This record gives sequence, C-alpha cells and structure tokens, in this order.
Amino acid sequence: MNKNLYSPLVFEVSHKGRHGYSLPEYEYGVKVELPESLTRKQAPSLPEIDEPSLVRHYTNSSNNNFGVDTGFYPLGSCTMKYNPKVNEAMVGTAAVGALHPHQPASTVQGALRIYRTLEKYLSEIGGMAEFTLNPFAGAHGEYTGLMVIRRYHLSRADEARRKVIVPDSAHGTNPASAAMAGFEIVEVKSLEDGTVDIEDLRGKLGSDVAAMMMTNPNTVGMFEKNIPEIAEMVHAAGALLYYDGANLNPLLGIARPGDMGFDVMHINLHKTFSTPHGGGGPGAGPVGVRAGLEQFLPNPRVVENADGSLDVTCSDNAFGRVSAWLGNFTVYIKALSYILSLGSENLMDAGPLATLNANYIMNSLKDLYELPIPGPCKHEFVFDGLRDKSQGVTTMHVAKSLLDYGFHAPTIYFPLLFHESLMIEPTETESIDTLDSFIDVMRKIALEAASDPDRIKGAPYTTPISHPDEDEAALNPILTYSQLCHKQTL
Amino acid sequence: MDKIYYLPTHEYIKVEGETGYIGISEYAAKQLGTVTYVDAPEDGDEFEAGEEFGAIESRKAASDLFAPVSCEVTEVNFALEGDPKLINSNPLEAWIIKVVIKDPSELEGLMDQKAYDEFCLNEKH
Amino acid sequence: MARHRYFPHTDADVERMLARCSVTDIDALYADVAPALRLKKPYDLPKAMSEPELERYFAALATQNKPLTCFAGAGFYHHYTPAAIPAMMSRSEFLTAYTPYQPEISQGTLQYIFEYQSMMADLTGLDVSNASMYDGATAAAEAMVMAVNSVRKKRRILVSATVAPALQQVLATYAEAAGIIIEIIPEDNGETDRTAFEQMLGAGDVAGVMVAQPNYYGIIENFDGWADRCHEKKALLIMNCHASTLAVLRSPGEWCADIACGEAQSLGMPLNYGGPYLGYLCCKENLMRKLPGRIVGATTDKDGKRSFVLTLQAREQHIRRQKATSNICSNQGIMTLHAAMYLSLMGADGLEKVNRLSAEAAHSLAARLESTGYIKLKYSGKPYLNEFAVEITDENLSADAILEACADKGILAGVKLTDNSLLVAATEMCSPDDIDRYVSTIKNLKS
Repeated sequence: MNKNLYSPLVFEVSHKGRHGYSLPEYEYGVKVELPESLTRKQAPSLPEIDEPSLVRHYTNSSNNNFGVDTGFYPLGSCTMKYNPKVNEAMVGTAAVGALHPHQPASTVQGALRIYRTLEKYLSEIGGMAEFTLNPFAGAHGEYTGLMVIRRYHLSRADEARRKVIVPDSAHGTNPASAAMAGFEIVEVKSLEDGTVDIEDLRGKLGSDVAAMMMTNPNTVGMFEKNIPEIAEMVHAAGALLYYDGANLNPLLGIARPGDMGFDVMHINLHKTFSTPHGGGGPGAGPVGVRAGLEQFLPNPRVVENADGSLDVTCSDNAFGRVSAWLGNFTVYIKALSYILSLGSENLMDAGPLATLNANYIMNSLKDLYELPIPGPCKHEFVFDGLRDKSQGVTTMHVAKSLLDYGFHAPTIYFPLLFHESLMIEPTETESIDTLDSFIDVMRKIALEAASDPDRIKGAPYTTPISHPDEDEAALNPILTYSQLCHKQTL
Repeated sequence: MDKIYYLPTHEYIKVEGETGYIGISEYAAKQLGTVTYVDAPEDGDEFEAGEEFGAIESRKAASDLFAPVSCEVTEVNFALEGDPKLINSNPLEAWIIKVVIKDPSELEGLMDQKAYDEFCLNEKH
Repeated sequence: MARHRYFPHTDADVERMLARCSVTDIDALYADVAPALRLKKPYDLPKAMSEPELERYFAALATQNKPLTCFAGAGFYHHYTPAAIPAMMSRSEFLTAYTPYQPEISQGTLQYIFEYQSMMADLTGLDVSNASMYDGATAAAEAMVMAVNSVRKKRRILVSATVAPALQQVLATYAEAAGIIIEIIPEDNGETDRTAFEQMLGAGDVAGVMVAQPNYYGIIENFDGWADRCHEKKALLIMNCHASTLAVLRSPGEWCADIACGEAQSLGMPLNYGGPYLGYLCCKENLMRKLPGRIVGATTDKDGKRSFVLTLQAREQHIRRQKATSNICSNQGIMTLHAAMYLSLMGADGLEKVNRLSAEAAHSLAARLESTGYIKLKYSGKPYLNEFAVEITDENLSADAILEACADKGILAGVKLTDNSLLVAATEMCSPDDIDRYVSTIKNLKS
C-alpha cells in the first residue's frame, strides 16, 4: 500500500470536453421529443473524463486500500479468508452476464441449476431441509429467517408470540433484524465464560416468545456446549431456534446447525464460502430451514419440475418477498465454485484449521494481552486489551499501531461484554509464517506500550492518512462533493 | 429556587412553577462523549411520563431520551441544533426541551440531586 | 499428507502449532462439542475438483443458458458496460477489502463511495445519498420505513398501482411486519389516478406517498403539484426512479420530492440473471439522520489532509441495535464503484446519448409493431422513453406465442403483462438489425 495519499476525487481529475464512453451511432429513423415539463432542467454535473485518466485515477486510489490480497486481515466475526481467483473466473465461464431475470425458464436452465445445486449443498452443510438463496446479505438473511418464523407461528394461529430472545453478546444485526420483523427484543445474559446463562433464559421463555437467535460459536469464540439443552427448552416453550451463520466457519467439518436443534439459519457466503466482500458487498445471506418450514420461504422459488427441468415460481404460503429477483446471483457461482474446489474431503479441514490458527495466536499472546475467557477458542477469540493497562494504551491504540506493520486491525470494541474488546479471527488460509509475524508485531506493540506509550498512542505513522477527525465528520456532515465545494468556498 | 429531579436514565427536569426544562445530566454527558446530534421533538408535542421524546447521539453511541413527567413541549432549544456540544460544556444550562408539567405530583417519584448522586456512584461500580 | 492448495499448513506446521496450544491433536480443541453433535461422516458432497474439471463443470452449465437479444425491461435493462469497469473492479485492493472500518487503510473504498454518493445526490437532485441498499426493491422498502420513521405517529403509506408488482410485493412484506399500512392508489389508463391520490391523501394520516418514474409501463407521469399536496398534509413524497433515466427526466429534486429510491442496474450493470445490482437511496438534508445504512463523510486528518470516514454511525445497528434505522450491515459495496465509474465515463453527455438511442430504438420498434395492424400501444399517446406496453389485438396470437417464437429466434420479446399484452423495452444494445429481426419474427407468426 502507498504511504502517500493519492487524494483527488474523480471530479478533480475531470476536464470539460472530455469523455470516456463508446456508443454506436445507430439511426433508427425516429426522433423522440418529451414535453418540457417532464425533462430535466439542469444537466447533472457529472465528471467529464477520458478512459486512460479514469483507469489511472482508480488504480492510484486502489493503492490507498487494504484487502485480503494485500495482507493479513484478522477482523473478528468477518471471516476474511482468501478469495480464490478461480471463483471469479467461473463467473465468466458460467455465461450468465447477458441473462435477463425475466427470460423464459427454458433459456436459463444452467443458471437455475447453479442456484438449485448450491441450495442443496448448503442444505447438506447446514443440516437443513431446504434453502433460499434470495437474501442479499447476512442481516437480510436474519430478517428473512425471522419472517419465516413469524409466518410459521401465524400459520398455527399462535399470534401471541411477539418476542425474540437474543444474547447480550449478539451481533447488532440480530436485534435490529428482529425489530424490523416486528418483534420485541428480550436480551438474555451471558455467563462469565461468554456462554448463554441458561437460568436467565429459562425465566424469559414463555408462550409470548417466537424465537431465540444464537450464533454458535458465539461472538467470544466459545462453543455453546449447552446447545442441546437450550434447543430443548426453546422448543418446549413452543419457540424456534435461529442460527446466525456469521460464525459457521469453525464448524465446517465438525458439526451442523441442523443437528444441534436449530430450525432456521442463514449463511454468509462472503464469510464462510470465500466470496469477496467488495469493501462492503455484495454479499449473500442464504436462509435454510428444517423440514416443515420450507413452504414459508420467500418468493420467488426455484423448483424442480417432474421432468427434472427447473422453474421459478411463487407460492401463497411464502411469507412474502424480500428481493426483486433471486438475489446476488454471481455470488452463488463463486460460492459453488469454492465448495466444488474444496470438495467434501477438504471442506472437512477448513473449520479445524481455522480453529487451530486462532488458538495458536491466542496461546502466543495471552501472556501480554488480557484473555478474559480462557480457551480453547474456536475460529476467533477476544482479548480485553493489554494486560498492562497502566500506561493508558488502549485497544484503539493497538489497532492503529498494527496498521503501521502492514496488518489490518482486528475487530475492536465488540463484543460489548468487555471494555477493551480486541477480537481476532485469522481463518484457515493463513500460514504459520503470517501468524508468526503478526504475533511478533503484537508482542512488540505490547512491549512498546510499556516502554514508549506515547509512540503507540500516536500511531499510525505510515498510512496515507492518520487520525481523521471523526467527531467533526459527524458534527458537520459533508456527504457529497457539492457540499465539500460549498464548505471550501466559505 | 429551581428544583431539579432525575430519572435513572439520566434525564433531568429543572422545575420553575409549572414549567420544566428537560436535558441530560452532567454524568450522562460525560459518559456519552462529544455530542454530535440531538433529535428533539416539536413544539406542541405531548408525552406521557416515561415516554420516549427524542434521542441524543455522539459519534459512537446513542441513547434515547425519556420524559420524566407527563408534559407538553412549549419550546425546543434551537441553540443545540447549531452546536450540540453545548451539552458537554454545560449540560444543566443546555436543556433540550422546555415543557409545561401536567401533573406536578409525578415529580415525587423522581430522584432529587442527592439521591441521583448516590445512584451515579453506584452505577460506576 | 498434502492439504488443499488454499491451506498452507504442512504437517510440521500443524505439529508446532499444536505444541503451542498444549494439545496433541486438533480434535482436542473441539472437546466441548458433544460427540452426539459431531459430524459422523464427511459431507455428502462431490469430491474436490481441479481447476480444469471446474472449468468443464461450469462450461457445461453454460451450454444450458441461452443469451437472447434483449427487449425485456421491467426494471432491468441491457445497457452496455464500458470495458474499463470490470477491469478496475477486479483490482483486489478494492474487491477483497471488508467494510472500511479502518479509514487509514481504506481511503480507496471510502473515496469511491463518496464519489458515488455525490453523483447519486446530483442525479436525483436531492442533497444526500447513502452508500447503497441491496436492490431497487429493498431500497423502496427502506424508503417507506424511513418515511414512517420521519413523520410522527403516522403509519400509512400510499403506493401507486403503477409501481412494479415485484416492488409492491416487497413493500407489502416489509410493511406488514413493521405495522405500516399500505394503500394502493389505483391506476387510470396506465398512470396514477390523481383524483384518487388527492382523496386518499386527504382521508388518512399519510406518512408518505410512493410513485414510480418512469412507471412500470414505461410511462413518464406528470407529478406537478404532488409534492405540494403531500407537504400540506405533512406527508413525504417518495419517487422510485430508474437511475439511468434520471439524467434526462425531471429529477425527484425538481419535482420537490423528499426521498428518491430505486434500482441503479441501468447504469451499465450486467444483467447477470438478477444480480448483483444496486439499490440507491437519496433524500433531502432534513431527513439525513433517518437514512438507513452506511454513509461516508469528508473530514480532515491530524495533518489537515482531506480524509473520508464512515459517519453518522449512531443510526446503525452496531450501535443502536433494535432502535437502528435499519438492520442493514453489508450492502452492495463495490457495485457503487461500478456506478461511479460508469457515471464518470459516460458523463452527462453520454447518458443523454444512451437515453436518446434507447428511446429512439424503443419508439421505432413501437411504430413498426403497430404497423403490423395487430399489435397496438396499450397506452397510446402517453410519453415514454425506452419502454412501452403493447396489446395484441389478434385473437389467434398471444403474449406467450410471441415470446416463444421470438425466443426460438434468439430474441427476448419482452415481459408478459397479461395473456394478450407485453412490456417491451429497448436500449442502445438493440441495433436496427435486431429490431428488423424482432418485427419480421412477429410478422412471420401471421404468415
């Protein structure tokens, strides 16, 4: 990554009179005039730029960025594993680029087969009866899953179930998704080891509870070993158990949510199944359900005809619709390519190696960093900052300092269970050499935090920018180039 | 002399006869950090005791604001719109809404300064 | 034993690592997973494929896909994708990054999102944009929720019947769970019924009104005075617009709308059988704090260098949890880079040309279809750009028959509306020859 900031915006490398498009000069023999009342008064002030300048602009700008291909990205709960290149290539090979969503099913059998195959493979991996791939992201999957649960209860005329239970360690999307699905949120406490407090849960379960949401391993990287008992309690209360698949990776080759008693789950294809996260998306959040809930999955559905061909249909039993069509289609191609590349035998290695990597880091640093929950952990673990906090060096300082050494920072200040959370998830695609250099740097930072704390507190020193004023950004928001220009003229 | 009462959610109400000034306590302001935005209601809005009347945000936190008593808003502190940080510099002066108190007897259920100070002390532990 | 090429671990590495963890095998790290829960055998999935085998597998699937010359729209349009765009999007500095939580090493992502926000705000004529929604349908749903959250104690939303059916279904889904009441404003000859709109607005406590431009039938409606009517009743006007047409049609800002939302696929994004596309959501400044999702803002760093950061995060799920404006976390990310590059390469001039070519192609096709004598415009005389509805007046012909005959000739004739009507669209990708082929296929049906 460049140490020098490449700073212009595309507007600032634009020159009046230039253009970068290539359009045919077709003559259709008609002129189209719209009434003036319906046309735009002022042309948009978009950049005017030639193709070479645009390519240089974004190439230089990309040098300000850090991705998994740049270096180690131990962002907890985000499962930043290597994004295989063959997956990208297969998007081209599958030849779906020109397929319109409303093409007759007979002309898109290959695409529908990809959808259906991935659906089946995810069902096998999740231990579920059926999947929909329509949801666009993890949170969208949560919403979809909760709507399935809502429809299930309503179908049984069980209308009093207005509550969803989430652990206090849950990802923020869990309560937010439950609220969007119209539920009231009840928090259940965690014990000191980060797992769900069963006694607290018992008191909160009842005939007004629709579901409990859990991620397992949970956000502190601990396996909820009481899961069979929890499932039994939740089911005895007439509620369903939802699996937040954000942390599925360490269970690849080990266990399946369906076998643990979960009724509904989502999977983040951009985490466990190696599709790139694109600086924020597009992801995909397929939702699986156990037998008996399939009918409630959202429209449209890909279904198999009697002759083995595939079709896209809608059903009245579905709880509704969450996407214009079948979701982020090319993401499925990448995930399917990943599953087929690994195959059954290598998928069995992915979870255990991710867990081994996490435990290796944890055991190499726990003498210098506060480990509130002793392991073994699964795919990730949480430090509560440095053990020696006497010099005032915080998790934020450690995170920023890591940037100077060419590492992305871990997830910080989440989960909320600890004040100085530093959540590390290495994934299985990192070599011991990378882990060792990360460990060395983390140790160096810890020692320097004691010997020269001010230096650590001033980090980062080598990044394109340092210490952007985020308070100012929130106090006086400047969200567009025009607002920026306006501010500069003041 | 003004009387001041607090909620466990750290809102205060300063009382002058039937008029109340509602804001957040010094303790809460400190916990929140630099206030970046106050989501206030409009003149004429009415609230029940305990009802949510707005929210206050810092860069990395947000909390909802609850009405200490049943009331009707008569004025919103517009100074906060331009400079929400006023809440950090002097929370007791930087009230968020001015209200007419509907039922003064509701004040009896609130904490006074002494009780609130103790409450905060306990919360720290 | 050699492991898969994505796993760097040698046996010696594993031994060293296990020793550090004071265990003898990896299984010991899973001691807390009860044996009853453990997988008893490998997944029932195919064995690993090499790259050549994988290539063969997907190539075989590709033969079952039949790309057609596209005259279908209904919200998704086959516009051209400048070759520079996929090339730049495949740069792994962009592609393999996560959400830009660390601004110091994410200025690339943050800058292009800022550029995207700027361009979308400009196109819609509104003040601000967020960093994307999943697709046009969910953007509309979030716009609806946003309107209800922005207006106190009103939960009724009016939606025009001329909004796309799939969008209406998504709106209905989101509304039902959130306790929002949707009322459909009926259509009158392909347009939103203005009298009904005024009556419905007057009758209830309406939080927002959603209309589409161009509407589902391709018609450009006249919303003169609608914003005023809405604002008199303290309701918000929400416009759902196809992004590409924003460059030439009167913008939501010029109609005085409060919120604009829609599908940005028409900005040269490949059809890709439905995605990934890009939902956009823009609004006036006074609603900025109610916008869902990520937003990027400009600020300065400690040395005064201009910097970009995620901002106004107190609205979001990781801070507000159940009180957040939305649950959205991952969005369409890098698709905003696509949009920013497309809009830059095209510029206002290129977009005007794309819209003109598309409209001319559509109008010429419409005229030639009408000249057959048994196909007529369903809403004759209404203004449209590149999409129109036709009715088949010959009893021996049907929408299905046309779609089938055309598909045989490699043409996607449109989207079926009813048994005897079709929605037809054209873009700059439809050459005059393509139009000839379409028309002659239809004519051959009768001979």
